[in-house]
Amino acid sequence: MSPEDRKYTREHEWAKVEDADAKLVSVGITHFAQDELGDIVYFDLPNAGDSVAYMQKMGEVESVKAVSDLFSPVTGRIDAVNSELVDHPELVNDDPFEAGWIMRVVLEDLGELDTLMSANEYDEYTGAS
Amino acid sequence: MNQQTILCQTHLDLNARMVPFGGWDMPVQYSGIINEVKAVRTAAGIFDVSHMGRLYISGPRSGAFLDRMLTGSATGLRQGRARYCLICNESGGVIDDTIFYRLGDEEFLLIPNAGNRPAVVEWFNQWIEAEFSGGVSIDDRTTETGLIALQGPGAANLLDSLCTLTGGASPSSLRFFAWGEGELGPHTVFVGRTGYTGEDGFELSMSSQDATPVWNALMEAGALPCGLGARDVLRLEAALPLHGHEIDANTSPIEAGLDRFVRREGDYIGQPVLAQQRSDGTERRLVGLKLPGRSAPRAEYPILANGQEVGRITSGSFSPTLDTSIAMGYVFAGHSEAGTTLDVDIRGRPAAATVVPLPFYSRS
Repeated sequence: MSPEDRKYTREHEWAKVEDADAKLVSVGITHFAQDELGDIVYFDLPNAGDSVAYMQKMGEVESVKAVSDLFSPVTGRIDAVNSELVDHPELVNDDPFEAGWIMRVVLEDLGELDTLMSANEYDEYTGAS
Repeated sequence: MNQQTILCQTHLDLNARMVPFGGWDMPVQYSGIINEVKAVRTAAGIFDVSHMGRLYISGPRSGAFLDRMLTGSATGLRQGRARYCLICNESGGVIDDTIFYRLGDEEFLLIPNAGNRPAVVEWFNQWIEAEFSGGVSIDDRTTETGLIALQGPGAANLLDSLCTLTGGASPSSLRFFAWGEGELGPHTVFVGRTGYTGEDGFELSMSSQDATPVWNALMEAGALPCGLGARDVLRLEAALPLHGHEIDANTSPIEAGLDRFVRREGDYIGQPVLAQQRSDGTERRLVGLKLPGRSAPRAEYPILANGQEVGRITSGSFSPTLDTSIAMGYVFAGHSEAGTTLDVDIRGRPAAATVVPLPFYSRS
């Protein structure tokens, strides 16, 4: 079961509101995604201050076996990137929804999240429900 | 529709992730690739390698036939021993690499790769018909038997606790690349001290109905189930070639640095070309590359010198054992010296790489 306090994309990213007034959300990949990837060894991510756009490539994730593109679930400016992932990318395997967050983004429009899937919808989508 | 090994249900019961490989449904991982690699480097792991071929080659001319087909000598191999070598075409390209065992005066067991088995059988039959008619027969027992690799520094003790060879000796008394027959509980097993991980270990073959009980006995004795993902990392760390990557029908064993498995003399297919390459050198050479960091080159990524492409990656991965990225690839001979610094084009980003001696890892 995916956490119900956030929204999900078909590309298996999540976005969670951290501070509604500041339009600040955290972004990561789902348990389903990390399980599909297997042992994660490297993230190639943009920098704080860079812009990201909904469903545009925001970086890459490498597991032992393969490389996958990461797509931004939101549009906005990056406030912070999780620096822990440089030395400990496996945090995303161990705790994809909390310690394994990838970026914090200040959105242009918080209403953008309404278009994403709920936890229930996402679990149905991945067949986990 | 892929074939399934006799152990397929066992893998599913262990929640393995299954992938298609060489025409078979195979487990790519169970507990995680890094965990499985560590188990094989520090303790013991087991792999289902039943997808690989088991060709029993016999007859009065079987030795002479294999001498003609293989870069390694069959008639020069003593009974009870095994040898790694190549099956080459007339141009010196590699049809497959193989380990073969001498079972008797006129009987050999040859293990081709899963995906190459049909091509090897066809190639052999073609030459039997042309030059060895009536003197050699091939019995393909791949689907009648199971094949399990037990690998790691703990493999010998683990197997000794379960298995005794005919005559009473322990499996650990076998030398590297020797084989024997033994009993593992009520099951008869063929035990070869061989492998594809760079560690000590064994490859066990048995009748199909014995495969699952033998697998379970090895697991209960402490061996960790390992998939093709770990196997690929382990063989890359040990710089063992994978057909379709480091070697193929257009690549010779000399280019691949496998000279020591190629006879200088002998009337085997490909010999004239390989002898020529050995004396003249080759245009490109297989090299090992080490990269700082964890982003790994993958097959087919360009290798650059001063921005110009000088070769291509054949295999690459993050190495959990060395905690850095490693790769093998072909470069023009002028760039193959150890210590040469090159770049690998990783999806548009040039990443610095240093040519290093192979293997990346060898057991102490």
